[in-house]
Amino acid sequence: MNTYLTDILQSGALMITTITGIVLLLVEANRRGRPATSFALAIVGLLAAGMTALIQMPAHGTGFSGMVQTGGFASFFAALFAVAGAMTIALSRSYLARIGWFRGEYAILTVFAVVGMMLIAASNDLIILFLGVELMSVCLYVLAGLARVRDRSNEAALKYFLLGAFATGFLLYGIALIYGAVGSTNFEAISAAFPAISAHIMFLAGAGLVVVGLSFKVSAVPFHMWAPDVYEGAPTTVSALMSTAAKAAAFSGFLVLFVRTFHFVGAGLNTVLAVIAAASMILGNVVAIAQTNIKRMLAYSSIAHAGYMLAGVAAANAIGLMGVAFYLVAYAFMNIGAFAVVSMVEDDHEQHLTLDDYAGLSKQRPLVAALMAVFMFALAGVPPFAGFFGKYYVFLAAVEGKMTWLAIVGVLTSLISAYYYLRIVVLMYFRDGAADVAAKPSVLTMVTVVLAALLVLQLGITPSVVVQAAQRFF
Amino acid sequence: MTLESILFIVFAAVGLASALLLVTRRNPIISALYLILNFFALAGLYLTLHAQFIAVIQILVYAGAIMVLFVFVIMLLNLRDERSLREGLSWKKVFAAGVSFGLLMEVIYILMTSASGMTELLPAKATEIGTVEAIGSRLFTRFLFPFEVTSVLLTAAIVGAILLAKKKLD
Repeated sequence: MNTYLTDILQSGALMITTITGIVLLLVEANRRGRPATSFALAIVGLLAAGMTALIQMPAHGTGFSGMVQTGGFASFFAALFAVAGAMTIALSRSYLARIGWFRGEYAILTVFAVVGMMLIAASNDLIILFLGVELMSVCLYVLAGLARVRDRSNEAALKYFLLGAFATGFLLYGIALIYGAVGSTNFEAISAAFPAISAHIMFLAGAGLVVVGLSFKVSAVPFHMWAPDVYEGAPTTVSALMSTAAKAAAFSGFLVLFVRTFHFVGAGLNTVLAVIAAASMILGNVVAIAQTNIKRMLAYSSIAHAGYMLAGVAAANAIGLMGVAFYLVAYAFMNIGAFAVVSMVEDDHEQHLTLDDYAGLSKQRPLVAALMAVFMFALAGVPPFAGFFGKYYVFLAAVEGKMTWLAIVGVLTSLISAYYYLRIVVLMYFRDGAADVAAKPSVLTMVTVVLAALLVLQLGITPSVVVQAAQRFF
Repeated sequence: MTLESILFIVFAAVGLASALLLVTRRNPIISALYLILNFFALAGLYLTLHAQFIAVIQILVYAGAIMVLFVFVIMLLNLRDERSLREGLSWKKVFAAGVSFGLLMEVIYILMTSASGMTELLPAKATEIGTVEAIGSRLFTRFLFPFEVTSVLLTAAIVGAILLAKKKLD
């Protein structure tokens, strides 16, 4: 019994988040019609979990009879998920109130989704990886369909659910085959057996299927089809959560498997990953140019960024690991910020979502426009913002990993991406238009967005914080 | 030929045949009945693998509970003209069939050429882990944590289902 207590204390962030979710359930059950309380509690709980994760980062270990890892990698990502979750809840408060879906269940499901994400990053067993992916996905399916009277929201939820369930099937088949080849689902056992079985046909097939399942969750080409429709149809703040924390969670699954369990070697799947990465970068960036709806544009941009990060995974070296971790943190804040601005400009009836609605924004709302400009420059990878170092590290990793062609594809497609990111900046500052921000953004929203912008700038100036943490992952 | 391999062949044949009939029948209720037969054949296969617990669960949960749901949905949907669901032959279908066939050939080729380690006979271990006692004791010791996580997953799913399906919120 004592050992269980230490296990619980060691994975503090996970426990605090789960307890927050359960407390929220009880609060919702007893205090009807007061979602503000739930939102506040959720933010406090997630921030507490994030702090705990940062405090527990130096202590490495495993818990619950080898089911989860604690400290290091798990804590790093737990902190990221908690902060990203808290930020989206903070942003959602006034946005959801405006569109008429300000409900406590939103906070509950977001918190449980964060629990799922933390489980993925902490997983030390294929079963936990699977359960984490499922918990996260189930919550996101529902959140995507939150505005259930809107056709688009329903379409988004149904598409995401059907394709997501299919992808889960792939993941589960892969897990079953790996279990069949190794005889264990534990990562340490797989890691120990790896050199002997890395060429085993059953193991390779399993690893390939797991790649398919996870690629779906990170929306990499050719498993990206759902992303534009889902990001467009889901409430904007839910899209923010899906494109940042959920994507980071799936990538943490990639890293746990390929870096830790398959010893960087990637079970011979590095070339496959590199091809997926290149396809995502090219397709995402090229198709993003043609978009007129800003949420769709950000969705294609998100596909492209998945490509950059997969390049870091495919490179299969320590710089790649660090680069992907850094990129995920940077991307989380830039994209939450970008979607937050979109949610401010959007009106109550899914209008004001085209790029033209951003014309002249700098005159009406100078601060909002300036923040959007920061996020766009960061997404384009312009120094001194965080996006630059993210790209720098993953491309460096690709070169070091003898995949120079991948780095070249990355740099060229980044140039393409500058066109559509900077187009928004041009529209906001150099075009006259009737940009009409729906309502005055609430203080909470503005504070969150400014915080995201500051973090993007801070990470761009001092990337060493994340770099040092990444060296003590495993 | 041992009894085990005869049983395997019987169950596998029933499983394949019922799966084929399931997708080719036009009446959805008949399809659903073939699905039940398929589930029973699968449960039989589990039994030949000494996985008693899974075999029982397969019948209880799938052939029992889930099939009731299936049949309910089919009856509620009340599909009058099944022909409206049929689609003609399009180039997309031909392409999909070609790709699927190619992949199938690839898989068969790979399995034929590298069959090593694929035909291992049933290890004695399988008999140990398939019983209800073994699964129960593992579930509450080594796999307690995933077991608890599943409860969180189910809670989240219930909250979501109510949120999406409740007729009048508040």
